[in-house]
Parts: sequence; structure tokens; C-alpha cells
Amino acid sequence: MVVTGAADEGSRMNEQVRTGDIAGAAVSALPRGAGPAVTAKVRARHVDVFYGDKQALKDVSVDIPARAVTAFIGPSGCGKSTFLRCINRMNDTIPTSRVSGQITIDGEDIYDPRLDVVQLRARVGMVFQKPNPFPKSIYENVAYGPRIHGLARNKPELDGIVMSSLEKAGLLKEVRDRLGDSGTSLSGGQQQRLCIARAIAVSPEVILMDEPCSALDPIATARIEELIDELRENYCIIMVTHSMQQAARVSQRTAFFHLGELIEQGDTTDIFTNPRNRQTQDYITGRYG
Amino acid sequence: MKEHIVRSYEEELALLDRKIAQMGGLAEDALGQAFDALEKRDPRLAEAVIGSDKAIDLLQKEIEEQVIAMIARRQPMADDLRHVMAALRITSDLERIGDLAKNTAKRALAVSQEPYPKPIMSGLRNMVERALRQLKDVLDAYAERNSELALSVWREDEQIDAMYNSVFRELLTYMMEDPRNIGLCTHLLFGAKNIERIGDHATNIAEVVHYLVHGVSIADDRPKGDETSSTLISHQ
Repeated sequence: MVVTGAADEGSRMNEQVRTGDIAGAAVSALPRGAGPAVTAKVRARHVDVFYGDKQALKDVSVDIPARAVTAFIGPSGCGKSTFLRCINRMNDTIPTSRVSGQITIDGEDIYDPRLDVVQLRARVGMVFQKPNPFPKSIYENVAYGPRIHGLARNKPELDGIVMSSLEKAGLLKEVRDRLGDSGTSLSGGQQQRLCIARAIAVSPEVILMDEPCSALDPIATARIEELIDELRENYCIIMVTHSMQQAARVSQRTAFFHLGELIEQGDTTDIFTNPRNRQTQDYITGRYG
Repeated sequence: MKEHIVRSYEEELALLDRKIAQMGGLAEDALGQAFDALEKRDPRLAEAVIGSDKAIDLLQKEIEEQVIAMIARRQPMADDLRHVMAALRITSDLERIGDLAKNTAKRALAVSQEPYPKPIMSGLRNMVERALRQLKDVLDAYAERNSELALSVWREDEQIDAMYNSVFRELLTYMMEDPRNIGLCTHLLFGAKNIERIGDHATNIAEVVHYLVHGVSIADDRPKGDETSSTLISHQ
């Protein structure tokens, strides 16, 4: 499979998918850097990403379990955010980008040209580094997604989704009496939880988080971490973080990227107490890279 | 191995190792001198050993405090985490070794006026020499991150146990021969037990070094040779 930003490349991509691994079928053994087999929700095989001539990701293969938090760590420019953005096809929005290899969710090829990208992004929610609520009311921020995806038949149903999403995001108590206030009137930590509520509202299976706490103070960070810990019972959460301590605190699996390659992945405890790879060790202990 | 980007972190880890080496040196001296005091019936040397234990205890306290501060301030990861945890565990074994040497010195004081049958010390001397070598080797293994050397210390503890078994039998024989030896021999028996325990602490340190180097515990069960708990020699 080769995907480019341009839609007309779709047929070529499809052809290559069929000659390679068939979506849903058993996938070849993991190459280097692979940890023990896990029941994968998201599965990537030999993923390369180019931005123009520059290769941002090289031959990344990884299995990401459902109902767990997987942390991607690595220095700036290592490809971790690039890979995260492959999982909901955010890279498609960059005209010069090309993605090849295979990524499946529950065995379904997410780069299949027949796949509806809007539907995919409902299944794979995303939370960004800086909280980015719409300049609308708190209620509308959460109601927007379910409304455009037609998830509620009437107002009471929509109200129910908004309330339960705010509840799950741990925000309901704080905003119950001011759902009509602007989302941007909330504090940074509350805004980030609003963004998580917004992501949850469309019932995603996977939630991508790109440094979700880096703009927050320690208390707000702890609230988000507590929330992530609760959410992992129901979602596959994939988080990019620059804070090794955060990766160690909240994730069950950790993957270390360096210069576009996935160097090592494994159980978080193993990675932080006894990494197998020298580069992983140097990075997490703060030695010269 | 590459150095840490933050130089003061590198210096703190190096300081930890220097303190462990210093503490190890003091523990070795204490053991050697406690035995000399016993053999030569030298109460002044025994007193000096008893006094020197304070320095060992102080170092343990310093190392513990430093490790706690480093965990709080640096949040060590991977080999650094194993490093500070190893230092914490080794320091407590060395502190116990210091105590056992001190206890042996106290026994040297107690028996300093007793007449010795000449050959009575030879078994004990062999034990002490072996324990000192084990201690030196395991401290070298830590300083050099040499897991092979640590593993050999771990395996050879059985020999100290075997020596202890024979010293135990020998001392019982002296006691049976002449009840006037009982007081002396009981002290020597406890002294021998102290040295056997020191061997066990050296073995603990060997296990820590193996974990430090490889990140996993030693797999096999260690051969254990102390049979004295189930030995009974009856007076015929």
C-alpha cells in the first residue's frame, strides 16, 4: 500500500494492499524491536512516511493493544507524532506526504481507498498538545461531533451523550451549571478535559493524544493522567509524550522512536527498568545521544 | 558508557560508588582486625574495631540519604535506577558486615584472658581469609560491574559454609574433651557464625551486582552448605 496526499493515487494503493497482507488476515511476524505478542487493536507493518524527499518514518511495525495506554517516546523529530498522525490519517492533509506499509484497526486496513476517512476519525479520536475548544458553548463543543455523525435522534438523546461524555471526562461536576458558557472560558486543564469529552462523544475505539499535558500545570496534569487511567478500561489510548515520567506513570506499553525508526517497544516497566537497547537506555537516562 | 548530559547527576552517581568503596574498605578492615584481635588476644585492637563501626554506620546513613534524595530529585531510570537501588541494598549488607565484625571484636575482648589451645584458631583463620577474599571480590565486581566475578563469589559461598561446618564440629570436640573450654569455644563458635553470615552478605551483594549488570535476578537456587542447624554431636 502506498498512500499519498493526492486522492487519485488511491487505486495504486489498493492494488498493492491486495498483493501484500490482506486486511484482517494473519500478519507476518514482527521484525526488530518487537516486543512479545499482544492482542492488537492497532497493527502497523513496515510503515514508511515521506514528507517530500525526507523520510520521516522508516519501516515501523508495532502491535498496539486494546484497553491499554501505549506511550510513544523519543527526542523531537524522531517520528513519534508522525506515526501517531498515521493512525487517523491526519498525514493525508499534508500534500507532500506519502505513507506506505500497512496499518489496520481490528484487522481492517485504514488506508483502503473505500474507507470513509470521516468515519475513521470518529473511530480514532485525537487530543492535541494545546487545548483547542471551538469558540462555542461547552455544550456545543461536545454536541458537535455526535450531531454531524448523526448519533442522536433527538434533543434528549443528544443531551444524554453530552452529559455522559462530560461525566466520563471528569468535567461534568465543574461545568454542570454553565453549559452555555464559552468553552474558551474554562481553565487550561478544563479545556483539555473538554477536548477529551469532545473526542469521547462520538464513541471512538482509539484515542490519540499528542502531548496532552505539556501545556498544563502539575495538578491539571494529574487530573488528566487520572482520567487516562480510567479511560483505558474502555479505549485503546496512544499517547505521545516528552515526559518520560509521564510515560512511566500512565502507560502499560512504551515504544521508543529515534531518527524515524522504532527502536524498542515493550512493557513499560521493562523499558524503564531494563531496556534492551543501548539507544533507549541513553535516551531515558539522559545521556548524550 | 556515555555520560549524562547533566554533569552533576554523573557526579552524584560517582560519589555513591566512592562511598560504597570506602564503606567496603572499612568493613574489610573491621573483619580482618577483629580476627587479629581474637587470634592475638589484643583487647586494644578489639576496642579499635568496635569504635570503627561508627564510621561504617555513618556512611550507610549518608548513602541512604543520598539515594532517597536522588530518587526524589532525579527520578533515575533504567541502569541509573538499578544503580541507586544496588547502592541502597549493598550499603545495608555492608552495615551488617560491620556489625558482625564488631560483634566478633566484642567476643575477642571477652576471651582475651583465656588460654588457647594452639590449633584452635586455624579453622577460623581459613574462614576469615576466605570471607575477606569473597568480600574483596564482590566489591571489585561492583566497582567494575563484573557479573562473572559476582557469580563466582555467589557460587563459592558454599565453601565458607563447609568450613563453618568443620569449625563447628572441631569446637564441639574441644568442648567435649574439656569442659573448661566451653566458655572460649562458645565465643569462637559465635565468631565463626558471624563470619559465615558475612559470607552470606557477600553473596547478597553478588546477587545485587548481577541484577545491576543484567537487570534480572540470578536464576538458579544458590547451593547452601551450612548444615549446623541440623547437626547434633552427642557425648559418648
